[in-house]
Amino acid sequence: MVRERKIRVLIAKPGLDGHDRGAKVVARALRDAGMEVIYTGLRQTPEMIAQAALQEDVDVVGLSILSGAHMTLVPRVIDLLKQNGLEHVAVFVGGIIPDEDVPALRRLGVKGIYGPGTALSDIVQAIRQEVEGRE
Amino acid sequence: MDISRMDDLVAQALAGDRRAIARLISTMEQGGAEARQVLSRIYPHTGRAHIVGITGAPGTGKSTLVAELAKAYRKQSLSVGIVAVDPTSPFSGGAILGDRIRMRDLATDPNIFIRSMATRGSLGGLARATADAAHVLDAAGYAVILVETVGAGQSEVDIARMAHTTLVIQMPASGDEIQAIKAGILEIADIIVVNKADLPGADQAVAALEAMLDLNSGHTEWHHGRLFQVEGVLAGGDQVKHSWRPPVLKTCALRGEGIEELVQAIAAHLQYQRESGLYQQREHERAAEQLQRILRYTLLEQLLERIPKHALQETVEHIVAREQDPYSAAEALIAQARLLS
Repeated sequence: MVRERKIRVLIAKPGLDGHDRGAKVVARALRDAGMEVIYTGLRQTPEMIAQAALQEDVDVVGLSILSGAHMTLVPRVIDLLKQNGLEHVAVFVGGIIPDEDVPALRRLGVKGIYGPGTALSDIVQAIRQEVEGRE
Repeated sequence: MDISRMDDLVAQALAGDRRAIARLISTMEQGGAEARQVLSRIYPHTGRAHIVGITGAPGTGKSTLVAELAKAYRKQSLSVGIVAVDPTSPFSGGAILGDRIRMRDLATDPNIFIRSMATRGSLGGLARATADAAHVLDAAGYAVILVETVGAGQSEVDIARMAHTTLVIQMPASGDEIQAIKAGILEIADIIVVNKADLPGADQAVAALEAMLDLNSGHTEWHHGRLFQVEGVLAGGDQVKHSWRPPVLKTCALRGEGIEELVQAIAAHLQYQRESGLYQQREHERAAEQLQRILRYTLLEQLLERIPKHALQETVEHIVAREQDPYSAAEALIAQARLLS
């Protein structure tokens, strides 16, 4: 059997966001970059996200948050990932994240924070570097 | 991964640890020597699960139906594994695996394991590692394994070979009554489901499918559409012929309607297989088919390892220049590779 290694990314929208166009655009870009994207859709709880990350054995979790609830949701997701033995999973956050919250998110361990207007290639690059750097 | 770490993971997975199960499925997907080692450790523990394949054209509601089936099995206190397969883009090698979206209700049930897989270039509707993922879930103790794959039916032979029971999902008034009726669908279906039965045209769809089945019945016994005679022996020594005509069922997965009947039909199909001896026969067929498939790609891999890259390149050049035909070229390469061993 030939060895094959694909980067698996979970894209989730925790909380009560109403639309997911941005997340879908990112999902498609990651697919075009050769990654396998598990797209879970709207209204995910942190528990659902951690469970999905566990079962799907993902390398990366991408959280898309437009509601402003990131300072509550992100720590909860990171916590649950740790509890489930998934501390190696890289967490990226996208959506509407005020600049003043970025340092706090980085301290929590978030590897990248991407607001509107981010070049998709930057996200692809960052994920590749993060995952391939780990091996 | 070193052997002791692998042994730990296998032990944990057999005990039901979900992280270990997920890691083993990934190992199977990645292939190579590790995948072989894992499989050799878990294979003796497989063979208990009932594997149900669900296929049908995109948009027919398969994922929603799979979720409803899973819920119904949970009500019977059965643990459920779900493998949802989606196509890999032939251009980028990536994939969007979106079947979990329809399975929100199942996401935190500790007795349901959902794994999304990309076909990674495999034709026939399943990933090479789909059967392996099912083996892991089987060994870990999941009682029912639902394997969902996209397809219109004619090329989805993989699922029919892999599953004990194959469901083909249709939709009313899709213009596809005629399409559906073509050989492909009927050849692989053990049960035909007309989902979204709340839409107009549901009864016509059922009637059309039944009519097609009628045309083929009579002296024909069904298993995946192949002419098949099964003879069983009753207690008194009388010969009895078994047959299975695929039932055509209506469901509305979104409303949870028709699910109980579907669960019963699936159970009836398993019962039929056990009583008719078909179960054993299919186990043999499945093992033979998997063995062949593995032999094929293992031999090819080993052969390609023995042929230097430049020799392959040069051969291609000869073929393009019409100096050699592809068949002779292949024979020459094989002969050359054999000499090196």
